[in-house]
Amino acid sequence: MAETKTKAKVKVKSGSEVGGEKKWKDLEIGFYITEPGSSVRFRTGDWRSRRPIFDFNKCNKCTLCYYFCPEGCIAQNKEGYFEADLYYCKGCGICDEECPKDAISMAEEE
Amino acid sequence: MAKRAGIEVSVAVAEAARLADADVIAAYPITPQTHIVEHLAELVADGDLKASYIPVESEHSAMSACLGSSAVGARTFTATASQGLELMHEVLYVASALRLPIVMAVANRALSAPISIWGDHSDAMAVRDTGWIQMFVENGQEAVDNVICAFRIGEDSRVLLPVMIHLDGFSLTHMIEPILLPEEDEVRKFVPPFRPPLSLNPEKPVTMGAFGPPFIYTEAKWAQQENLRAAREVILENWQDFGKAFGRYYSPVESYHSEKAKVLLLTMGSFSETAMTAIDKMREEGKDVGLIKLRLWRPFPFEEFRRAVKDAEVLIVLDRAMSFGGPGGPVCSEVKAALYKEDKRPKVVGFVGGLGGRDISMSGFEDMINRGAEIARAGDGREFEIFEVRE
Repeated sequence: MAETKTKAKVKVKSGSEVGGEKKWKDLEIGFYITEPGSSVRFRTGDWRSRRPIFDFNKCNKCTLCYYFCPEGCIAQNKEGYFEADLYYCKGCGICDEECPKDAISMAEEE
Repeated sequence: MAKRAGIEVSVAVAEAARLADADVIAAYPITPQTHIVEHLAELVADGDLKASYIPVESEHSAMSACLGSSAVGARTFTATASQGLELMHEVLYVASALRLPIVMAVANRALSAPISIWGDHSDAMAVRDTGWIQMFVENGQEAVDNVICAFRIGEDSRVLLPVMIHLDGFSLTHMIEPILLPEEDEVRKFVPPFRPPLSLNPEKPVTMGAFGPPFIYTEAKWAQQENLRAAREVILENWQDFGKAFGRYYSPVESYHSEKAKVLLLTMGSFSETAMTAIDKMREEGKDVGLIKLRLWRPFPFEEFRRAVKDAEVLIVLDRAMSFGGPGGPVCSEVKAALYKEDKRPKVVGFVGGLGGRDISMSGFEDMINRGAEIARAGDGREFEIFEVRE
């Protein structure tokens, strides 16, 4: 996969790496998860088959993509334009669907 | 000094939950369990039991509420039967997988259709694989004693599993029996407070019931299986402790005149008492018969069971439930499976009877034993026998 811009502070891990090596005796009682917020490490971006491309020439900073994203992974960058965090982005295409300026398009993931 | 009184078994079960100081009761009424939950509601309303009583809108909600209360560390109790047990079916698996030691009295009642409010074990058999510890009691005293034990066993940090106490609907729940209710302080001493190692607490957050993708589900289920199997040791230990404290000893498999008997009958629940009288009569007549009473259903007591039947030539199993289109009764299937690898094993004959509240009398059991022995002698016939059906 091409390099992704990511806000995650922890090393990249795909789903099967997060716990895939655990033996049954290593599991917590009732397989409870005792570390709060651990899902932040779960690389849901692994799941996508297409990725959003943001054209900042067309973007008018209306914030609609930010609100519509079901993952909440679209945020404003330094210049004030909006783009997705590809660590989490699942490629659903709702941002493309909702963008009123046609500034977002979906491209096949390599 | 413990008081022995004539008490309706349902009421006694509710009293047992009170003696064990249950914290939360989330329950929905259903015949023949209603007197359990009604009496508990009265106890809470009168201040005799300091608990939260949640009158939920269905059994599904009842078990869901129990999950929540157990998850925060509250001692949780509920009761149901038949259709109610089925309505909460999907939640039962969650309770055991999440290791929440809820105690539930099940007033065994036949499943619809046709609608039956009367007793049989079809409701219990339908939840066989849910991962709960399960016991069948044969009288009111056993019901009380084992509800108390259930809290101590389930909440033990080596176990942390929910427990079902199965008691026959109407033939137990609605009977007034002479029952010794232990003193409250004796029970409080016997059952320590519930201290789960992990619980829902904002100061130390945990996630219960997270997603389990294919790479981890097998490990999670195996951990559950190993834990339920290991619970057997704690159950045995607990029954020993109960015996020392209260003078009544329980075991996973009870033998009645079965040590050397050639023909054995296996029963569960209240029928065991009727069967005992049949055994007495037949032995007086010189017949070499005995009774095996299966009390612990899950985890199945393989060791004790195999030991109890090893010298018999014929083992007749009475099921109060039927697996349609299958080999007959679930208990008989498990019995056969438990004996499959044994070099020496009795011929097993399965009967399905006592369905939908139909009673089996003492002479009925005599007939069953005689016919069972005959069928074993004559060789393989049908997969199983249906008892006393009008043909």
